[in-house]
Amino acid sequence: MTEQHSSALAGRERIRPDRPEWAAGDIPPHRRPLPLITRDALTVPTARPTHDRLAALNEQRHVGTWSPEVAELRERGAAIRRETLPDLEKYLRQLTGNVERNGGVVHRAATPADARAAIERIARENGVRLVVKSKSMATEEIHLNSHLTAHGIEVVETDLGEYIVQLADERPSHIVGPALHKSRQDVADLFGQLAGDVVSGEPDDLAAFARTRLRADFKAAGMGISGVNFAAADTGTLAIVTNEGNADMVTSQPRIHVAVMTVEKVIPRFADLGVLVPLLCDAATKQRVSVYQTLVNGPRREGETDGPEQLHLVILDNGRTKALGTPQEEVLACIRCGNCQIACPVYRTVGGGHPYSAVYGGPIGAVLGPLLGERPNQDSDLPFLSSLCGACFDACPVKIPIPDLLVNLRAEHERARPDARTARAGWRAWSLVWRTETGFRVTLAAARLAGRLLPERLLARLPGPGRGWAGGRTLPPLREAGAFRRWFRRREETRDRKENRARDRRQA
Amino acid sequence: MTEADTSARPRPARVALFTSCMGDLAAGGPARATVEVLEAMGCTVELPRGQTCCGQPALNSGYPAEAGALLDRWLRIFAPYDAVVTPAGSCAAFLHHHLGRLREPTPGQRALIQRTYEFSQFVVAYGAGLRLRLRGSVTYHDSCHMARTLGERRAPRELLARIEELKVREMAGCDTCCGFGGTFAAKFPDVSVAMADTKLGTAAASGADWLVSADPGCLLHLSGRARKAGPPVHTRHLAEIVRDALVPAEVPAGPGAATEVPA
Repeated sequence: MTEQHSSALAGRERIRPDRPEWAAGDIPPHRRPLPLITRDALTVPTARPTHDRLAALNEQRHVGTWSPEVAELRERGAAIRRETLPDLEKYLRQLTGNVERNGGVVHRAATPADARAAIERIARENGVRLVVKSKSMATEEIHLNSHLTAHGIEVVETDLGEYIVQLADERPSHIVGPALHKSRQDVADLFGQLAGDVVSGEPDDLAAFARTRLRADFKAAGMGISGVNFAAADTGTLAIVTNEGNADMVTSQPRIHVAVMTVEKVIPRFADLGVLVPLLCDAATKQRVSVYQTLVNGPRREGETDGPEQLHLVILDNGRTKALGTPQEEVLACIRCGNCQIACPVYRTVGGGHPYSAVYGGPIGAVLGPLLGERPNQDSDLPFLSSLCGACFDACPVKIPIPDLLVNLRAEHERARPDARTARAGWRAWSLVWRTETGFRVTLAAARLAGRLLPERLLARLPGPGRGWAGGRTLPPLREAGAFRRWFRRREETRDRKENRARDRRQA
Repeated sequence: MTEADTSARPRPARVALFTSCMGDLAAGGPARATVEVLEAMGCTVELPRGQTCCGQPALNSGYPAEAGALLDRWLRIFAPYDAVVTPAGSCAAFLHHHLGRLREPTPGQRALIQRTYEFSQFVVAYGAGLRLRLRGSVTYHDSCHMARTLGERRAPRELLARIEELKVREMAGCDTCCGFGGTFAAKFPDVSVAMADTKLGTAAASGADWLVSADPGCLLHLSGRARKAGPPVHTRHLAEIVRDALVPAEVPAGPGAATEVPA
């Protein structure tokens, strides 16, 4: 064994994960219904502080509004991100050709299993025992870490937030800020458990702690795995933005670099980075540009002093191309800034992304999740976990109409789910009854009668939407159903009588 | 953005009130106040008997065919009128945004939607002659669909600002969702209620006497929560505030007796 064990993870066995339901890895096929998961999420002690932090961030950043300069970038960025969709395969072929010309190897993976197998094979063939990773949601999608670990390969997350959630054995709760649900003290406690010692909660101390421990692993690792923010088809360049510089280390220090991207990350031109990188940085962190931009143009060449010996690019589909040519394809314009998550009051209220019980939480997750499911109808209920308030659309740097896409997916869910027969019959009946004046009047009369005769306590227990409503709210005053129409009619009658009397007087 | 630019047009003569199903079922007060304000402006308000619902609840629950059937009916019922006014901001937004998504509208149907107004839009456009005065303070809650889908944040504030002696105290996160969300309120009651508590908390912190909104849905949800267990916040529909603010001399002598107010 040429490589040593990870120093960043040393002492990990001392950590007691306290949220097993947030663990990374495959979500069980028959998870509990989302209303129950989210109800419980509200009682988690970190939920309220997380809400308050995110709400403050949302206000400070004026999420949903754009400066004139960025508004212009937004228009151009939205157009660039849709340019590839009509012929995505053409751009992927062009990208593949150019990455190969640059000396890289391209692996196309239709499914998570394909991607996992490809990466594991590269590791095995090269005798890799330790992997350092920079941030990648695509590798979350394929549950890469647990797969490699099961095959005896140690994996270390080097993005600070990802490192934190890896130690806590949790999924990232936000696309850009994986540990947004943890306070400074939570992180200090976690690091303290790892070190078996007290760790100060000062941000500089926490960063120094992680930095010291990660440094050795960058040197020791045989393979670096990174995500890809954008892949330029015309040059084969892989662009990665970070604020910690860890992607520079991951892509340059180990012998092998494996970059993992999903199909929609391809962009037409290298020059488009001039629009998309500042747009992404504004939306993600309100920076003009990130501290580091890593541009990968192939493995180490003759005469170069650093860089990997091998570059592999794994291009993952995982259900995405199914959306092409449908109204849902716009979700593939996403640049993973996480702004819609910050903007979403539901996401904030449930304390971040975990209760969505999918790889991606929040509005974009609710649109993307149903597309990625490998099992029939998996995550197709996610689109209901939204009040359709539309803040996500305002916050989207590439103008994805998330609320409309959610509404479309709700219809798909209701068409496909086997247990919707009662709901379908109910809505059909509702629509038939309210298509007639008489039917509507009967509804009003029935509601009024129920409101008059039945005590609220009983009404609140009847099956139907009233029960959900009445748990935390008083019921609307049903006895007043139809009151407005009666009031209006009485006024009309009074007026008619007056007019008739006046006319009679004139005639008399 | 569908803000109505009506500055140059004369006031529509035949105005239909779109009560909204919620107005008929449980929120008659805002509908009544709307009628009273419109009449004070000199409009003749008609209530098309056959109206029921625009279809929004079905669409958002995943039943576009059922929603479309009610939308078709809505378009037929309201076609004859010069203008349609509704106290339900969300329904106005639904009609503006989803007509083109559910149907391929005719030019006539497009024109009908163009003359369909949320209450404050209509009053700001045609009610310049109203004199309004009310002592107290309010904080305005932007309903999501009205603010974002209809793009109307200005008209309700302009209207409130015109009320003499009324103080408007903006709350933090005034356009943050209150958690109603139609069937969301019943499907995810716990999350919905937690969001209401956040909203009621910020409204209470504003120190205003009333939380005002232009959407009966948000108001039923918020007042229901406040009465049950939430912070003691009083809610009121914008139309009710404006009706209460009508300076008596300008309330018409009898029902429907139009007082001529210079437009």
